[in-house]
Amino acid sequence: MLTILFFFFAACAGGSALMVVTRRNPVACAIWLIGTFFSLAAIYTLLGATFIGIIQILVYAGAIMVLFLFVIMLLNLGNDYEADIRGPVWMMFAGGTVLVMMGLLARVYVEQGTAPLGEAGRASLAAQTAQHGSVGLIGIPMYQQYVVPLQATAILLLIACVGAVVLAKRKV
Amino acid sequence: MPLSYTLGLSALLFSIGAAGVIIRRNAIVLFMCIELMLNAVNLAFVALSPTAGVQGQVFVFFVIAVAAAEAAVGLAIIISVFRHSESVDIKNFSLLRW
Repeated sequence: MLTILFFFFAACAGGSALMVVTRRNPVACAIWLIGTFFSLAAIYTLLGATFIGIIQILVYAGAIMVLFLFVIMLLNLGNDYEADIRGPVWMMFAGGTVLVMMGLLARVYVEQGTAPLGEAGRASLAAQTAQHGSVGLIGIPMYQQYVVPLQATAILLLIACVGAVVLAKRKV
Repeated sequence: MPLSYTLGLSALLFSIGAAGVIIRRNAIVLFMCIELMLNAVNLAFVALSPTAGVQGQVFVFFVIAVAAAEAAVGLAIIISVFRHSESVDIKNFSLLRW
């Protein structure tokens, strides 16, 4: 059952990602990208990372995509969009890139074999989740081992806010 | 569900995002493709977290925060370039090119 659900959401994510790359209208790209984010959130939940799934929906599908759509509509790009897909040479280049990445992946598979997901690790993750809750599972290491990166991220977000306002405001 | 399925999906999404960065010229769609690649890496982190420890999920949290900051600054840059040249095509982003 889990595998069937995984393949369903994987197909949704891959199909939406293809539509993001191939649609010409930026608004359509943004909407398909939201579909990808929701499918990925479902996959995170299937993998046992419920909190990351919720954060994915709140931050990515909520905040970041609102930012994208807001900028698209502020600049009025959804109506008379210019054709922006490059010619066949670039398409072949892109296809070559995809083939190289997939070839590297296939080589790893052939050498390493398809290792099953360790049931022991999965069970220990489930036990930790039951003990601390799905928020505590991430929050406890974050506030004990990773306090300095957390504060650095906070400063980064502050600087990004100030920088975005300074860059986007009209010259006084 | 084997680990290879999730890592394969992650690689597929990353390749699609990379191909998008190569074939598109609209700066906003380029940003969306970069978000797609960041998500693919997040998926790999989450898929490996049962075997490699919960640190993977903590890193996903940081990656999402950095992606939000990057999107805000990048879109502000796009707005100021649009003010300058009335277009978001990356052929207008050539000021720093060699």
